[in-house]
Amino acid sequence: MVTPILPLTMSSAVVKRRGQTLLGPVDLDISAQGFTIVMGPNGAGKTKLLRALHGIERLAAGKVTWQVPVGDTQDRQAFVFQAPIMLRRSVRDNLAYPLRLRGVAKSEAFARAADWAQRVGLGDALDRSAPRLSGGEKQKLALARALIGEPDILFLDEPCANLDGRATREIEAILKDAQAGGTRIVMATHDMGQARRLAEDIVFLMHGQVIERGPAQAFFAGPQTPQARALLQGDIVE
Amino acid sequence: MGEIWEGLIAGFWLVVSLDADLVEVTLRSLQVTLTAVVIASAIGLPFGAWLAIRRFRHRRATIALLNALMGLPPVVVGLIVYLLLSRSGPFGVFNLLFTPTAMIIAQVIIITPLIASIAHQAIRDIWADYHDLLISLSTSKIQRIKTLLWDGRRALITASLAGFGRAIGEVGAIMIVGGNIDNATRVLTTAIALETGKGDFALALGLGFVLIGLAVAVNLAIHAIGQTESEGKW
Repeated sequence: MVTPILPLTMSSAVVKRRGQTLLGPVDLDISAQGFTIVMGPNGAGKTKLLRALHGIERLAAGKVTWQVPVGDTQDRQAFVFQAPIMLRRSVRDNLAYPLRLRGVAKSEAFARAADWAQRVGLGDALDRSAPRLSGGEKQKLALARALIGEPDILFLDEPCANLDGRATREIEAILKDAQAGGTRIVMATHDMGQARRLAEDIVFLMHGQVIERGPAQAFFAGPQTPQARALLQGDIVE
Repeated sequence: MGEIWEGLIAGFWLVVSLDADLVEVTLRSLQVTLTAVVIASAIGLPFGAWLAIRRFRHRRATIALLNALMGLPPVVVGLIVYLLLSRSGPFGVFNLLFTPTAMIIAQVIIITPLIASIAHQAIRDIWADYHDLLISLSTSKIQRIKTLLWDGRRALITASLAGFGRAIGEVGAIMIVGGNIDNATRVLTTAIALETGKGDFALALGLGFVLIGLAVAVNLAIHAIGQTESEGKW
């Protein structure tokens, strides 16, 4: 039995850039199960929060604590960026890349890549060049590449920001499958509909601060803060 | 005008009939330049990649210097290599002056900065692209460099080709350190300069055709090997 890496605790985390505080101080717990949606307007610090949790953002203060040393978590978490980063290789090589990094044999990595390509609807595209895919295909590929290592936790930074309804629906289905398979999901979005469809709990972020946190049902039924109320009523919050 | 036309025809026949002198000079040109490109690539490509990834104190100054060295005047390089290799110079004991080796040394000095600089720019662009992903996947330094070199291979081939283009057409430096000695260090460019001086335009033009043809052929061959233009490969 492998030691679980979750829950994850962030305490008094601060991210600064050129003396300006972009995030924090933030205290946040990510439980072992669930689907957390991080909401907030542009520039609220959603990306910074996710990157800080993932450990690719330098913290000016505070810390992120896992149940095991952080070095042991790196292969068990994954991140999907808002603009999918495509290696200049084929779809197959893109999918196999994280596995190859961990020393998985080429034949097995390719077999798993083919399987995952099938699952996200890219089964026919294995030999195509990844940078030439459409926006929706790229994001599905990025998602499959993140999930292929069977991470315990997956961070997504507005993965559907530039996608149409169909691609969004496909991505959401993949995410629900992953969650059912035991992957903890933390995702940023400012699409209210998407938040309602997916969220089990909500982190509402403004000006780098968590201003509201709680179960999704309660949040949507009766938001505690005026900003969240305004957002839910369809006002423009900034 | 008539002279040019006659020269063109004569040059064409020299090429078609595989004139012995022409073949010898061509082969020597290729031998010197290809050797120089291989050595300069072995130095320049990894150095360029290293410059793109590593952050160190005088990085910007190093890059500026490297770019400045791209414009190194070949004649001056020739002069310096000449002084170093001449009997009274520090490397005089090796007896390398007026040999193909001396020409290779001069060409390596001329094209290494060019290859390194182009490689650096290409790798830097890919690194900017890949940075977040490779950090997120917690890749080691070695894994990063391998990934970048592999995915940048087309740009790296281009860098080497640019070096080849500069070296094969270069005349100033190899004239000085090679001496344009018949059957020893005469190459296409120095032969063209000589024949033009003598007024033998037919041979000069024939050599010129070969030189241009060579540059085009090597480029095409490398693109074919790398299947650069085939859909989806890159």
